[in-house]
Amino acid sequence: MAVLRLDRVSRIHGSGHVQVDALVDVSLSVEAGELVAVMGPSGSGKTTLLSLAGGLDLPTAGSVLVDGSDLATLNRAELARLRRHSVGYVFQQFNLIPGLTAAENVSLPLELDGVNRKEAYGAAVDALARLEMAGLENRFPDDLSGGEQQRVAIARAIIGDRRLLLADEPTGALDSMTGETVLRLMRRHCDNGGAAVLVTHDARFAAWADRIVFLHDGRVVDEAMASTPESLLADGTAL
Amino acid sequence: MSVPMSLLAMLEEGPMYGLEMKHEFERRTGGVWPLNVGQVYTTLGRLERDGLVAFDGDRDGNKTYVITADGRASLEDWFGHPVQRESPSRDELVLKLLVASNAPGVDVSAVIRSERRASIEQLQQYTRLKTDSSTDADVEWMVLLDSLIFKTEAIVRWLDVSEARFASDPRHVSQPKGPMPAEPLLDQPSMPERGK
Ligand SMILES: Nc1ncnc2c1ncn2[C@@H]1O[C@H](COP(=O)(O)OP(=O)(O)O)[C@@H](O)[C@H]1O
Ligand SMILES: [Mg+2]
Repeated sequence: MAVLRLDRVSRIHGSGHVQVDALVDVSLSVEAGELVAVMGPSGSGKTTLLSLAGGLDLPTAGSVLVDGSDLATLNRAELARLRRHSVGYVFQQFNLIPGLTAAENVSLPLELDGVNRKEAYGAAVDALARLEMAGLENRFPDDLSGGEQQRVAIARAIIGDRRLLLADEPTGALDSMTGETVLRLMRRHCDNGGAAVLVTHDARFAAWADRIVFLHDGRVVDEAMASTPESLLADGTAL
Repeated sequence: MSVPMSLLAMLEEGPMYGLEMKHEFERRTGGVWPLNVGQVYTTLGRLERDGLVAFDGDRDGNKTYVITADGRASLEDWFGHPVQRESPSRDELVLKLLVASNAPGVDVSAVIRSERRASIEQLQQYTRLKTDSSTDADVEWMVLLDSLIFKTEAIVRWLDVSEARFASDPRHVSQPKGPMPAEPLLDQPSMPERGK
């Protein structure tokens, strides 16, 4: 069963001549182990696709299934629970809570889930360290650079055992090396049986995905998926 | 990639003979560019003719060379000046888009899409070579892959911008959809291989 499945999904805002077709008839399936990148110019519907996948918005047509359950059939509490348990979301504008430290921001989803404070804090420190943020656990978001805030947001999304990771331009504020660290983490998440959708307009980061979907004006216009390079298979001297 | 300059750079650290230079060259370039001893001696011969190295006698039966003052000056010059880039006018991909934009019945955005797909798939392959290595293993290998990755990424960015430019150009707005373009230009990517 696919971890995420969008079945002929459309999202139309407004109606008549102010109607905006943010997403039109998009189908996409992401299996366990798969990292899928979504690319497209600004306004092409990337954030819309991700919010629908994360249950933050509902489609005007079609269905969105996470781990087999149709999000439209869940009530508010069930949806909130699914979001905390199964889906990690990295927002384009970090969305950190200003009154909480970096580690508290990261541990929050675990605490909301009933994990005890100390354990949740430990896991948060751990997740931050994996993003090369050791030593900054007790800083407040205002005292962190854009790139550091971004990493806190990523740590908060990967903490716990959430299978589906949805990331909206997570490398936007990061330099190349830190961006690569984030992609390695997402890659590892998927190699360990998770699934992820990465929205980016950076081809260099999209290339870490197994599959790349191109959006234009709300529609899927193309898809890329490299075969395994022949020279790797040809003989053992390649690597 | 300048083999003569790389050889000079090694001789700058002391006299060496061919086989030593071959091994040292391969070590310094992460084993990405294998070099045979014959090539090394041919290059040394040319450098000697130009007065940049001098024969320094035999060591254990191996012909040994040293760098000369002129050699040093020329090496300094190499490090001190930007590398000559290839002439941009020969780029086939640029030419293809320019021709496509004026060819009747050719949908330039379809051409761009197929080129972009090919470039991204090539990027994926380079990136896989990277994922197969650990973060800090083999710096030289990573630097080489990065260079291929950034060059290919630049092509993708340029394709994105070109697509937007053509889309905003009134002459291209209502082009009839042509047939899917033929195979993209990218040669079958010749994947870098690590030697040894
Ligand atoms: N709440 C909304 N009301 C009206 N239009 C919207 C709304 N949200 C997004 N849109 C429009 O939908 C389109 C896709 O937006 P978005 O998904 O944010 O694109 P992207 O993330 O690719 O830049 C845009 O034209 C945007 O203006
Ligand atoms: Mg967006």
